[in-house]
Amino acid sequence: MRYLPLTPSDRVEMLAKVGAGSIDDLFIDVPDVAQHEGPIAGLPLHASEMAVERHMTKLSRQNLSAAEVPFFLGAGAYRHHVPASVDHLIQRGEFLTAYTPYQPEIAQGTLQMLFEFQTQVARLFGCDVANASMYDGSTACWEAISMARRVTKKARAVLSNGLHPHYVSVAQTMARFTGDALVSDVPDLSAEADTDRVIAAIDDKTSCVVVQYPDILGRIPDLRPIADAAHAKGALLIAVVTEPVALGLIRSPGELGADIVVGEGQSLGVGLQFGGPYLGLFACKEKFVRQMPGRLCGETVDAEGKRGFVLTLSTREQHIRREKATSNICTNSGLCALAFNIHLTLLGGGGLAKLAKLNHARAIAAATRLAQVPGVRLINSNFFNEFTLELPKEARPVIRLLADREILGGVSLGRLYPGNDQLGQGLVVAVTETVSDEDIEAFAAALQEVLA
Amino acid sequence: MTTINQSGWRPEMGERCSDNVSTFTGNRALMLEEPLLFEIGRIDATGVDLPDTDMDDNRLGGLMRASPVDLPGLSEPETVRHYTRLSRQNYAIDLGLFPLGSCTMKHNPRLNEKMARLPGFADLHPLQPVQTTQGALAVIHELAEWLKTLTGMAAVAMSPKAGAHGELCGLLAIRAAHDAAGSDRSVILVPESAHGTNPATAAFCGYKVENIPATAEGRVDLAALMTRLGPDVAGVMITNPNTCGLFERDMKKISDAVHNAGGYVYCDGANFNAIVGRVRPGDLGIDAMHINLHKTFSTPHGGGGPGSGPVVLSAALAPFAPLPFVEKQGDHFVLIEEETAEDHHAETFGRMVAFHGQMGMFTRALTYILSHGADGLRQVAEDAVLNANYVLRSLDDVLVAPFGASGPCMHEALFSDDGFAEGFSTIDLAKGLIDEGYHPMTVYFPLVVHGAMLMEPTETESKAALDQYIGAVRSLAERARVGDPALKAAPIFAPRRRLDETLAARKPVLNWQPPVDAMAAE
Repeated sequence: MRYLPLTPSDRVEMLAKVGAGSIDDLFIDVPDVAQHEGPIAGLPLHASEMAVERHMTKLSRQNLSAAEVPFFLGAGAYRHHVPASVDHLIQRGEFLTAYTPYQPEIAQGTLQMLFEFQTQVARLFGCDVANASMYDGSTACWEAISMARRVTKKARAVLSNGLHPHYVSVAQTMARFTGDALVSDVPDLSAEADTDRVIAAIDDKTSCVVVQYPDILGRIPDLRPIADAAHAKGALLIAVVTEPVALGLIRSPGELGADIVVGEGQSLGVGLQFGGPYLGLFACKEKFVRQMPGRLCGETVDAEGKRGFVLTLSTREQHIRREKATSNICTNSGLCALAFNIHLTLLGGGGLAKLAKLNHARAIAAATRLAQVPGVRLINSNFFNEFTLELPKEARPVIRLLADREILGGVSLGRLYPGNDQLGQGLVVAVTETVSDEDIEAFAAALQEVLA
Repeated sequence: MTTINQSGWRPEMGERCSDNVSTFTGNRALMLEEPLLFEIGRIDATGVDLPDTDMDDNRLGGLMRASPVDLPGLSEPETVRHYTRLSRQNYAIDLGLFPLGSCTMKHNPRLNEKMARLPGFADLHPLQPVQTTQGALAVIHELAEWLKTLTGMAAVAMSPKAGAHGELCGLLAIRAAHDAAGSDRSVILVPESAHGTNPATAAFCGYKVENIPATAEGRVDLAALMTRLGPDVAGVMITNPNTCGLFERDMKKISDAVHNAGGYVYCDGANFNAIVGRVRPGDLGIDAMHINLHKTFSTPHGGGGPGSGPVVLSAALAPFAPLPFVEKQGDHFVLIEEETAEDHHAETFGRMVAFHGQMGMFTRALTYILSHGADGLRQVAEDAVLNANYVLRSLDDVLVAPFGASGPCMHEALFSDDGFAEGFSTIDLAKGLIDEGYHPMTVYFPLVVHGAMLMEPTETESKAALDQYIGAVRSLAERARVGDPALKAAPIFAPRRRLDETLAARKPVLNWQPPVDAMAAE
């Protein structure tokens, strides 16, 4: 067996050393009811590398991958070009096969990378501090709502209707058990985000307001009036960013008054990967740092006075505080954070701005062209690289017909909000730098054909 | 003829220089210091070629930023060098034995990486129409079938993102099951040797946490547990094999007692590697157990994640499993999400993550499982347990093994620092191991053992590798017992000496700030 170095004679020698007659002697504490003789029944036996590769490759070919076709999906996961050096570097064994940096003397590579990552995220979000990452955007969003409860000692969260419906679902799942009250609603197909409704919903019992920026329909809400209204009632503003590339071109949530900014970092370096692993981003004002969940990397010195980095403020965490911890989280998305860190280093602030401008220009071109398809209406008055169209018929079957024509034409609101008749004709279209003029033309032509 | 050794050094010439010589750069040959990105990057440097785009027309709703984000960039060669240099300051399983107890640092096969990067898996959007993702759903389904069969359980929730997230999933299912039965039980019992995530998770779900004591031999005290069971106990969380490295002999009796008292049994599956392919937790009456794919099934730890923590569930808890999940209907695979849940899965406790879980980890884990097969996985468990017992019995004369008389260990060998000289503790032996070229074992966990040292060699290590490691630990144990002051200074040869963790926590510096004199000059 290619992954197992012990030879049969090694095993005999080692069993003798430990005083066991056979390997079964080492499993004597397992109750008889759970003892199995030989391999567990009903499962195949070991296979060669070539055989496994053949099987997996066959399955992979039963998917239509994004690179093969004109591709316009977003809604929380975005397809960007990832420079080749990113994947090369994250596959270095010293990064790939290291553990959590609990022994800092021999983990400075991971720790310094995390310190750089935290600095990048804090600057991108316009916040004082960022942590070393969370599971993904949706879980980071719930952790932020929990953190706002700890900070404000109140438990009523007002969610904008532009918050990704899966993020809302995750929060609802948890709130059912923690007792937090969530005020939420589904969006309507209007040009502007629901800022007035959100402000009206804030009261003295409100712990936080959660606003996605840009939102699920691609609209860009001005966070400043919401921040002011929240702060006036002693509530925190949590901004949620699912497309961090947008921040290369629009103002940061921290600058607009957000107290906590969370997000999904997948669009830089990580890739689509059918939904995971992704990268939860989490940043906040410095005064809240001791209520922050997740790992934190901090600077210090070693015994010779040299600068070095360690995991710090662990008195917030479960391995010290157990049931009194700020969160049960015990991991981050280390390797995805590294990919994000490298991609952002390759871009730099100037490159990120160029990438964002390119995305916005492609999106304007696509929105303009698609709105010319008979019966199609552009909902948004503002957007970054994603916008919503209203089709003259239900969008979901249209998407399937487009897929039959080898066009992946966006995410139907019917999929995101099943059973909602008002939204069924909505289609969310994302347009990144990977989309060509030919792709836009092919999409528009196919859409016209399918709608005819 | 070319002269390879142009400097002409010959052994009889002796040492050329001493260790005390400093270099201009601070580097020591292949030991290279590397500044922070923020100290070497420039705002206008970039490693990506992108066109300039005219922004006369924008639709940004008046929120366009005035200037680029203050993020320094690097060209591609500088980037490759920066991260390559950083990588060399890390220890990794690719470099050597990594005996971190309960963390299962086993070899990460490169076929896994290759398969996860096939465009048909890696370049797939989670919300594509399911007609275009049948192969990806087939992977999830195939892995799910393996996990159910290997554990003897009725169902599996694939979406949890890591072990602790899996614990959350299991406890939410338990809570949902009690809610559905109209019961408001409020207490979860957790052994005092449990990993910190267990009590944290129970509290995160709104439960009160109470400790279960252990017996002198390092196992759950069944009698004490049975005394505590009652109408307020929602369930227990048991780690098996446990964090002392022992199999819970009474597991079936524990499960039966908990069930008789109306509770559920959560098993922390962090240590499943010791029994995979040999023991099915379902046979022991478990109701829910997470499986760390990054432990047992060899997906890379990546310097602290991403993990993946699918949760197998008993028939009693299966109806409450989270959305989404994959179902095979005839020849097709469908995703059961919110809209279809009502017909199929009305009692679900809801959604835990935005999409379908850690697909990139599923492809790796399935690749590993198919490589080993049912016979190879059984051999994995057997070799892991044999290696751990070999370490235990090769060291128990120089280190105290508090549960050495409690029977064979499973996947890991536990020692205490009893017998070390005054002022010497586990940390000193651990740091000494760094100088010997090893990652230290897990230290000071479990909390029930003084100065705990938890060593998990895994099945990845050859006998020769174990023998060398054992030799190193024996030598260090002797030094700790006699109180060799030089051990206090370890590590000497690592990229950094011992770091001041107190300073880091007292005055947290969590991101880079420009030097004060540079700011003053502006």
